[in-house]
Parts: sequence; structure tokens; C-alpha cells
Amino acid sequence: MWKDKAMRLLMVSAASTSVFLVVLIFFFLAKESAPFVLKPGLSALFDTQWIPVSFVRERYGILPLVTGSALVTGLSMLFTIPLSVLGAIYIAEIASPVEREFLKPFIELLASIPSVVLGFFGLMVLAPLIKSLFGLGTGLTALTGAFLLTLMAIPTVITLSEDAIMSVPRAYKDASQALGASDLQTIFQVIIPAALPGIIAAIMLGTGRVIGETMAVLMVTGNSALMTWSPLAPVRTMTATIAAEMGEVSFGSIHYQSLFWIGLVLLAVTFVLNIIAQRVLVRYGMMK
Amino acid sequence: MVETSLFPADTDHVITTRQVNFFYGETQALFDITMDIPGRRVTAFIGPSGCGKSTFLRIFNRMNDTITGTRMEGEVRINGEDIYHNSSNVVNLRRKVGMVFQKSNPFPKSIFDNVAYGPRIHGTHDRQQLAEIVEQSLIRSALWDEVKDRLETNALGLSGGQQQRLCIARALAVGPDILLMDEPASALDPKSTIRIEDLIGELRNDYTIVIVTHNMQQAARISDYTAFFYEGSLVEFNATKKIFTKPREKQTEDYITGRFG
Repeated sequence: MWKDKAMRLLMVSAASTSVFLVVLIFFFLAKESAPFVLKPGLSALFDTQWIPVSFVRERYGILPLVTGSALVTGLSMLFTIPLSVLGAIYIAEIASPVEREFLKPFIELLASIPSVVLGFFGLMVLAPLIKSLFGLGTGLTALTGAFLLTLMAIPTVITLSEDAIMSVPRAYKDASQALGASDLQTIFQVIIPAALPGIIAAIMLGTGRVIGETMAVLMVTGNSALMTWSPLAPVRTMTATIAAEMGEVSFGSIHYQSLFWIGLVLLAVTFVLNIIAQRVLVRYGMMK
Repeated sequence: MVETSLFPADTDHVITTRQVNFFYGETQALFDITMDIPGRRVTAFIGPSGCGKSTFLRIFNRMNDTITGTRMEGEVRINGEDIYHNSSNVVNLRRKVGMVFQKSNPFPKSIFDNVAYGPRIHGTHDRQQLAEIVEQSLIRSALWDEVKDRLETNALGLSGGQQQRLCIARALAVGPDILLMDEPASALDPKSTIRIEDLIGELRNDYTIVIVTHNMQQAARISDYTAFFYEGSLVEFNATKKIFTKPREKQTEDYITGRFG
């Protein structure tokens, strides 16, 4: 009897660990970033320049980092969405079983490549290519980062979109074909609209992954905190800033606190994306 | 197998099949089926589950083509045209041969868009024209009065019986001559079933209807001709009245009297 109870306790605590950790992380972030509200005040975050170490005047504007992240993420989704959705349609609807068996392992393999390895590939192959292609001074640009992030987002978005397409009832397809619709008409006018909520959720989750990705963007985006919307300019993302500066910042300083604010903003954005994705999935009955 | 005296002299045979064999992979599902289906009549296919009646029905609009690993032998002509000939156009075939499925399967779109789907994919985009087709089709399928005020609402909000009549309207909207119905009422309550049967009665003068049913009373109520299938073969095909009063074959008699099946 006591064995049952002990086992039960063990399992409950194992299952609750993640809840506990999330709460802990929230507390930690809030605690470390809190003093910033009093001095220099939250408005300092809305500055257009990020110069946390300076002999003249430190500036803690996270706007260039937010635009950096937005630019890289936006560009990446511009490539990811069409590639993944078309790929998922092909795998789910058109590919023969043999083709499917061939394609799926490659997509899974792509998901399992460590991001630092992809970053290395970006640094050595992609960056020189972009540099010579556009005649730039440096190949470390927002576009380079976006390409790499696309490689990372594709497996997530393809796999989830494919699930959504596969879960469209066969009866819809039958009805459409029986009315004389071609395969393409059936796919684009019946199957995709029916699978759309799932595809949107897949894109949201993919976006979440792209925003949070650090290593690869740190390596290939050039890390200059400029406010720009040019894909060919070097940028610095929120994640890369935290990763690059956390190691050498002096503990408890305003700079240190501002890094935690970046973390909070990042957390809020990914949290909202996840909530939207889940809402969409639940609302359309694709997730219980 | 079929007596020449079966049909009146002026009968127009809309669907004719000659020695049709059908295979799912290595398994043969239909054996040597030859039959003539009369135009503007209701023909019922009956038989126990797995006897091949649905498979045979799906031959007529080539829906079996969508299942990989299947093979058909023999000849099927609709209005004289060999529908399995290389030059035959499956899109045109399916415009002329509509199908209603066992389980109602409206698209998750509005009622209007469901009915307008067929005409749209075949190139009709004029709003006025579509609205007319939708109205006419819904009137024909006896659904118009129930839905005319909510054409823009989602079709999945309709009851099961209404959904099935919507599917009939959707099939009618592309202007077919032939309607294939694969147990269209088997998933419905008795009241909705009666409505579907009444509807078939109204459509019989304008369409050639072939209906698969495992409900013998239904076949007796609504059809002019009945074909009894057993283990992939056509056992008997005759006027419905004859099948249910004086069947020629022992197997038919055993089935309709409920001795098996």
C-alpha cells in the first residue's frame, strides 16, 4: 500500500516539474529585471539605440533588437510558409507511398541537425554566397540568418501541416472528385481550406521556434544592432544579444537587467504565439 | 442472363456493361457482370454486405480509379460512350454521372458554396447564374424552404437528413443525367429516410437513378428494377415486382425471405 502511495507521489512530482520550472523561470526573470522599472525607467527600453556599454552615455533601446528579430523571422517565414505548405501537400496528397517513405526520414533528419552545425554551414557556405551574389561588404546579413532559420522551421511546419492535411476526412475528397473536380481543384478548394486551421497552427509554432532560435543567428547575422528593414544589412536579434552579452555583463547592473527585459519580451511573444496556435487547434477540433 | 422481355420495347438503355471483372489487387471483387440499366427509371442493387454492389456502382463514375491497386476488365458504356476508353474524359463523365454517398459529406463551407462548388469548378463564376443554379438545385432536392434564409451558414450545422439532401442538391447542380446513390439513407433516422425516398420518387422522371441499398423494403418501395448480387456476381435482374414476388433464382428467394444476409 505504501509502495503505491510512494510511486504515485514520485510520478506526480515528475509530472509537476515542468509547471514548477515555468513558474520559477517567470519569478526569476521578473525579479532580476524589476529594478530597471525604477531606474532608468521602462521608457529607456523604447530608445532606438542599443549601446549598453559606453563611456559617454549608455542606451538600452531594445527596438533595434526587436526589429532585428522581426526582420529575420519575417523573412524566414516568407520562405518557410510556401516551401513547407507545398511540401506538406505533396507528401500528404500526391506522393506515392514509396516517395513518402523516402522523403519523411530526410525531413526528420533536417530537424535533428544541431543549430550550431547549421550555423557553421551558414558561415562557411551561405554567407560567402550571399556576399558575392549581392556584391556586399559582408555576407553576414538578416537574409543569411533567415535562410538558416528556414531550414530549422521547415521540419516542424511540414510535419504539422501534413498531419492537418491527412486528418481531412476522405469523404470530402470523394465528394469533390465525384463532382468532376481535378486533383488540384480538390486539393486547393476543399482539402486546404479544411486543413487551414491546422496549417495556421503549424506556422505559428514554426514562427515560435524561429523567434527563439539563437545559435545560428548569432553566428550569421552580423550582430550589429542597427534599426533597419533591409534584408541585406547585418542585424542583431533579441536572442543573439542575450547569448552574446550575458557572459560578460556585470551582475546586477542596469545592462544586466535590460538583458532580462529582452528575455521577458521574447517569452511574451512566443507565449502569445503558442496560445494562438493552441486556440486555433482546439477551436477546430484538431487537438483535445 | 437478362430476358429480352424484361424492359418495355421503347426502353432506352443508358448504362450497359459487358463482362465486367474488377480486382482489388489480387482479389477479384466482381465476376463477369453484364447488364443493361434503363434510363429514367430507378434501379436498385441489393445483396449482402461485401457482395460487390457498391464496387459495381462506383464503376459507373470511375470512382474506383481513385483507389490504388485496382483493375477493371470489360466494357462499360454510358449513353453509348465507352467510359473506360483511353479517350474518355473522366471530368465530363462525372458531370453527367452524379454520386451521393452513404454518409452525408457536405464540405465545411456555407450551404451556398456547397451547392455552387460543382458549377464553379466547371467554370461558372457569374454570381447571378450561380444563385439561380443553387436555388433550382435546392428546390429539386426539397431543401430550399428549410435553408433559403440561411444560405451563408455552415452546412455542417444542418441535421443529418438535411445534409444528405444538400449532397443531392450539390450533385444535381452540375446537371447530371444519372444519379448514383450508395446507401443514401442507411445512416439516417426513419423520418429522414422517408424524405429521401420521397425525393427519389420525385427525381425518377428526370434522372436515371441507380441506388445501392441493403434495405429490401426500401428497394421494393422505390425501385422499378432490382438487381440481386451475391459474392461478386449478378444473380438476378428483373422488374422489382417480380424479384419480390416470383424470383427466378433460389438464392434470390433465400435472400429476400431473410434466410441469409
